[in-house]
Amino acid sequence: MKSLIMIIIGSALISNVVLNQFLGICSFLGVSKQMKASISLGAAVIFVITIASAVASLLYDNVLKPLGMDFMKTIIFILVIAALVQIVEMFLKKKSPAVYQSLGIYLPLITTNCAVLGVALNNVKDGFNFIESVASGFGTALGYTIAIVLLAGIRSRINEKDLPAPLRGAPIVMIAAALMSIAFMGFGGLNI
Amino acid sequence: MDIIWITTLVIAVIAVLVAVGLVYAGKKFAVKVDERVVAIRGKLPGNNCGACGFAGCDALAAAISAGEAPVNACPVGGGPVAEAIGDIMGTKAGAMERKTAFVACKGTCEVTKNQGNYTGIQDCRAAVLSGMNITDCTYGCLGFGSCAEVCPEQAISVVNGVAVVNRSRCVSCGLCVKTCPRGLISLIPESRIVRVQCSNRDKGPVVRKICSAGCIGCGLCAKQCEFGAIEFDGTLARVNPEKCTLCGKCAAKCPAKVITTPVN
Repeated sequence: MKSLIMIIIGSALISNVVLNQFLGICSFLGVSKQMKASISLGAAVIFVITIASAVASLLYDNVLKPLGMDFMKTIIFILVIAALVQIVEMFLKKKSPAVYQSLGIYLPLITTNCAVLGVALNNVKDGFNFIESVASGFGTALGYTIAIVLLAGIRSRINEKDLPAPLRGAPIVMIAAALMSIAFMGFGGLNI
Repeated sequence: MDIIWITTLVIAVIAVLVAVGLVYAGKKFAVKVDERVVAIRGKLPGNNCGACGFAGCDALAAAISAGEAPVNACPVGGGPVAEAIGDIMGTKAGAMERKTAFVACKGTCEVTKNQGNYTGIQDCRAAVLSGMNITDCTYGCLGFGSCAEVCPEQAISVVNGVAVVNRSRCVSCGLCVKTCPRGLISLIPESRIVRVQCSNRDKGPVVRKICSAGCIGCGLCAKQCEFGAIEFDGTLARVNPEKCTLCGKCAAKCPAKVITTPVN
């Protein structure tokens, strides 16, 4: 149990998926314009990455590893994760229109999000078992949500400021994201 | 068996499983979407401006197909869009004329005597809230251009202290109407162009003192009109668009030249 909490904290803060591993930057910069949208996207990412890392872990442990197909894991993970997100989208649309209304538009965005694939591959690299993979996936997605919500908050403040013209828009967001990344390096000192 | 064959086989099996799963899920979780919603959504302009009162074009398309909104509910698309949607819904679009914003004030810097001494936030709404003396006319355009700022099409500009609408760019979204703190802007049908371009309800001598382009309520226009289309709201003349035939006689006679004509 203790090690699971360590995995969650470690993947959420210490090796934050966006600010430390630089995965999923496109949606991180794109959808952080509004606080509400970024929270919805964060929730969708938590949902998808947790499921995807569970499925990827099962697939790796039971199919790829026994057959010695380790080298094909990237391609198979892409295939399975893309299909999985599609099915989840259809399922939500039918069974829970309310959730689909708030998360649905982000699901196709996540299908092609490198963070999802990155988590699955990292789990394999770190030799996690099924439970640990799910915990790591959840922690990583939590880290993504923390990062995007923080950036959305910073951006809402930036928008009120009178910036020099060349910095307006994307440049100041890049600078803000870079400073956040430096700040998150501080978590590297956590001794767990 | 060679590892290559195993790999090929496993990937083929996974791909087939995924494909079958997707097709099955597509059938099982299919949500019935009204074809008309998709068709109507295709005809709407897609500005998502919300002027129809619904949360964007998707919501309006759903409401039209459900019969909760008329086919001509989109003010941006106007007649052609209403007709196309009417074809989809199988109903007549009904007469819907394109509307454009109209600023009922002509008080430019030349014709108004006092432009005031307001030095606060350069925004009409803030200026009105400040309660300071901004212009002598307490009804007229302030000229800080709050309407121009909210206009999504840049159709409004402040010329010489008065907001002027570029009618060809106006999409009649109504944002300026809501923004103007003095309520000077209204949406009027494009052809109903004979309007009194003043909103001052003060008595004639007061108006004359502060603005040479204000309606003084002399009533000459009403005498000229053969159709009884000019009505008075206190001392302020108003053109009743139902009765007006756009002859322009009132505009020719108006001493303050404050009635717009089909020509200008």
